[in-house]
Amino acid sequence: MKTRIITRSTCKPVICEPGNSAAFKTGTWRSLKPVFEPAHCSNCLLCWLYCPDMSVNLTDGRVSGFNFDYCKGCGICALECPGKKGAKAIRMEKEENA
Amino acid sequence: MTSTLKIKNLASKENRLAPGHRMCQGCGAAIVVKMVLLAIDKPVVACSPTGCLEVTTCISDYTAWKIPWIHSAFENAAVTLAGVETMYRALKKRGKMSHDMAFVVFAGDGGTYDIGLQSLSGVMERGHDLLYICYDNGAYMNTGTQRSGATPFGASTTTSPAGSAVPGKLQVRKDITKIMAAHNIPYAAQASPSHHLDLMRKVQKAVSIPGPKFINILSPCHRGWRSKADDAISISRLAVNTRFWPLYEIENGKTRMTHIPKEKLPLETFLRPQGRFAHLFRPENAWMLEDSQRRVDTEWEALIASGPPHTSER
Repeated sequence: MKTRIITRSTCKPVICEPGNSAAFKTGTWRSLKPVFEPAHCSNCLLCWLYCPDMSVNLTDGRVSGFNFDYCKGCGICALECPGKKGAKAIRMEKEENA
Repeated sequence: MTSTLKIKNLASKENRLAPGHRMCQGCGAAIVVKMVLLAIDKPVVACSPTGCLEVTTCISDYTAWKIPWIHSAFENAAVTLAGVETMYRALKKRGKMSHDMAFVVFAGDGGTYDIGLQSLSGVMERGHDLLYICYDNGAYMNTGTQRSGATPFGASTTTSPAGSAVPGKLQVRKDITKIMAAHNIPYAAQASPSHHLDLMRKVQKAVSIPGPKFINILSPCHRGWRSKADDAISISRLAVNTRFWPLYEIENGKTRMTHIPKEKLPLETFLRPQGRFAHLFRPENAWMLEDSQRRVDTEWEALIASGPPHTSER
């Protein structure tokens, strides 16, 4: 085995960009997907705060949908959604190809 | 500062933990780290010992951190960051650095209660200006749920398996928050992600205080707790409402309850959804349930006696 000599010029950082895990799409893990019902959304943003995968999209401070590149389908958003008038704004549905 | 703490105001801030991390779906630790980083306004330098959080946020060639972050060995995350903090103070003194920074350790219960305890104790004693966050999921979840000093009494883990010989873990968990407070540090607290404003207020308060700070945050792990993937928040709410996980802070030796559950739920409601406690509901193990409930009640009474309740904050 050839020995590799590490010098200042040959040692390059492996990770050059902060938060580059965004290039790794964890959305493929999902078997359930959240479905957003804007009519029942009270815009409390709890789903945004509780999402472990930063996958709740906001547009102008309002929930606008989900980022399915990363959503792992845990369902915390749907369970915690207080909704409006007894109807939740998020429900979980089976992924078509799951 | 605390008056601006509203989810709507936080929503305009950038998440300093990037998506694409490889934590399990519905992981409590990810929620805890996200909330802590959202609460802090300053630039943050972080350090993590080995653990779930570390292995899932820095899988080779990727990092989920958008802040300077150091992975240290299991036993010395606290001192690693203390070294960084000391360097920062030295540079500041020499006028080579001027801006304000926060130093935060994110460690699991294995790296806090057990393996990292002596270095953490040293850091607390020497008075380094850093915040130590323990995300407590109650076992070595990263390596497959081995019991730790944080595992609650009766829980079944792979090294304390419930069966005919032993009914789960027979020892009582350490009270690490009290152990830290016993170092006479300016701030020690316990928080839960279900009470997010309380959690973030504690983090903001801790960061504003110079010296060593410690916050122990419950971090549900549905793989190790054998519960459902969507219950990280609901189960931590149950932990608070059954008084298993009291929310309090100890500031300069003074204990203050930050949240008193309106109605006291029996401990069973917290244990029932978790498969790791399933065996406690067998008739022959009824004594363990009673024992656990008695312990929770005693600890709660002692806590209430040591600090007046404040119900105004949620």
